[in-house]
Amino acid sequence: MRLSCKEASRLLSLALDRKLTLGQRTALRLHLALCDACTRVKTQFEFLRRAVSSYSGESDSGEERPGHKS
Amino acid sequence: MPSPAVELRELESHRTALLRFAMTQLRDPTQAEDCVQETLSAAIQNAARFAGDSSVRTWLIGILKHKILDHFRKASRERTISLSDEESSLDDFDVLFREDGHYVEPPAAWADPEQALTQREFFEVLEMCMDRLPTNTALVFRMREIMGIEIEEICKELAITANNCWVLLYRARMSLRQCLEQRWFATGHSPRTR
Repeated sequence: MRLSCKEASRLLSLALDRKLTLGQRTALRLHLALCDACTRVKTQFEFLRRAVSSYSGESDSGEERPGHKS
Repeated sequence: MPSPAVELRELESHRTALLRFAMTQLRDPTQAEDCVQETLSAAIQNAARFAGDSSVRTWLIGILKHKILDHFRKASRERTISLSDEESSLDDFDVLFREDGHYVEPPAAWADPEQALTQREFFEVLEMCMDRLPTNTALVFRMREIMGIEIEEICKELAITANNCWVLLYRARMSLRQCLEQRWFATGHSPRTR
């Protein structure tokens, strides 16, 4: 199964909400190995998740917007 | 004699942070204030039971999440979420892709995203981008990403299908990705230029 970037981007989002099927995971891995654009989108979706959790101020790092979490 | 594990003054000192958290969810100062007040009242009543195995802030946020969720429940009982066709379809996303499924404009590499997380201005841009999302898209995204609620529960609370839920989350992420790229990473805000 060959994925287009359009399909791959949907799977990248889906993967943040539930476990993908084996077929989906394999197809996605093959696509990512060859596609820089979707590899960026994957990193950026993951970054977005961290940014939003920092934004909500759920951490203990004081009254100001939380800074760099290491 | 058990003494309260947390003092009133300490609880009050977290009010600002709780309010900010509630605002990120509710976007309404009055409702946010109500939820925070209920949270602090509940915390005062249960102060002796605070286990101390998490920080006070984490404990309070935990209570606050329940209060916000109650609020969503009440709201969804009063009105069913109605998804406009526009919001639940992906048609308008077709402009991002060519017919063969490739990006029309491939996503750019972002310069030093970690550095952005240390900058207040970045979070203002993020907030602005989230405020531009359509209402239900924003609601589902906030429930999922800020409250950390699982899909099944979001569907149940809002009475929408899992498929609707995934579509809304995909829309939210793609829109936010693009908005952050245009409004932050491509603007020279990125720290490399400083």
